[in-house]
Amino acid sequence: MILVVDMNWKQDSLAFGEFVSPIVSVVQTLEECVVKHFLEIDTSKLGCYSKIVLSGTPLKDHATLKQVEKFDWVKSCGTPILGICAGMQTISLVYGEPLLNCLQVGMAEITTLKENPIFQGEFKAYTLHNYSVSPNKTFETLAESAKCIQAIKHKQKDIYGVLFHPEVRNQEILKKFIQLKQ
Amino acid sequence: MRLGVLFSGGKDSTLALHLAAQKEQVVCLITVASKNKESYMFHTPNIDVTALQAEALGLPLVRVVTEGKKEEELADLEKAIVEAKKKFQIDGVVTGAVESVYQATRIQRICNRLNVWCFNPLWKHDQKALLETLVAKNFKVVISGIFAYPLDETWLGKQIDAKVIARLVELQGQYGISPSGEGGEIETTVLDAPMFKQKIEIVESAVEAKGNCGVFIITQARLVPK
Repeated sequence: MILVVDMNWKQDSLAFGEFVSPIVSVVQTLEECVVKHFLEIDTSKLGCYSKIVLSGTPLKDHATLKQVEKFDWVKSCGTPILGICAGMQTISLVYGEPLLNCLQVGMAEITTLKENPIFQGEFKAYTLHNYSVSPNKTFETLAESAKCIQAIKHKQKDIYGVLFHPEVRNQEILKKFIQLKQ
Repeated sequence: MRLGVLFSGGKDSTLALHLAAQKEQVVCLITVASKNKESYMFHTPNIDVTALQAEALGLPLVRVVTEGKKEEELADLEKAIVEAKKKFQIDGVVTGAVESVYQATRIQRICNRLNVWCFNPLWKHDQKALLETLVAKNFKVVISGIFAYPLDETWLGKQIDAKVIARLVELQGQYGISPSGEGGEIETTVLDAPMFKQKIEIVESAVEAKGNCGVFIITQARLVPK
């Protein structure tokens, strides 16, 4: 069972169909999934999930970035996590790694910098973000665009972040994450 | 949140309006009427019917006219959103984008510049399912433009129902056309929808078609009780 976390500013928001449903559509082709809003995560049940995907949000939605304490479970749960866009930004903040301003909207050329199990080489991806991260001690940089870091992985754990949206273009990246062997 | 819906009068923007109104407060419609029939951004057949649709919905319409030159039409869209922000204090806009990264990217950039939210409630949704939703929710939608082989003038003016959807899906399998017209294969006009307080009756229409390109133009229409 896969957990998809709705990162939008409120439950049942107008952005659900845009940022959560497309992830669910891809994930459901491989495995059953359940969706929970980030404010309704029951941390005692996280062990029930084989993977966790954190959704993106509209550009103007910074709710999770202001409530990072709600994501302390990211550090302790042990389940592989993929954070998409706001998901990646939130994961970085959970580990105390600051964000930097980087506005990017539209298709961007992504270059893989480090071999990894979910993507490779150069590809075009859909971006929609206000922030990225700097190289830091917690995460290794997996990919970048001409403007900023586009993908990271925790140096010890199976915690991934992609700033681009694999549910829009490059759905196979999301599928590869779901199929990762633990 | 106060929202303005980018409204062409076609099925996608009307369904996006329907979904937006269930979650937030829709306070106006925003229409860009393009003089360019080949516009990259804006739906063109029957764009003038939007005034009647707005009346049927009981919503004010912010309308701007664009020459429809590539990228310049975006400046006109921006003007329309600025006007909607000023007149109706909108916090965000809603679009009917489903697949077009070209369209979505450009509207996202404008919204970001203007510091308003941008919502695309149909984004990446299954096209056949969207068509089925329209039928299930009693939207009355007619095909008002065809722009791809093997569509011909017999499609023009047809109401989208289960039979039409089945045929479009068949053509998708055979010819790769997008069943909901995401590649610009078909354009539509909505005559009735759940939010319409009155429905639109076509009084006079004309078909202009040549081969696999054609339009169903509503030259005269009126509002009638539902």
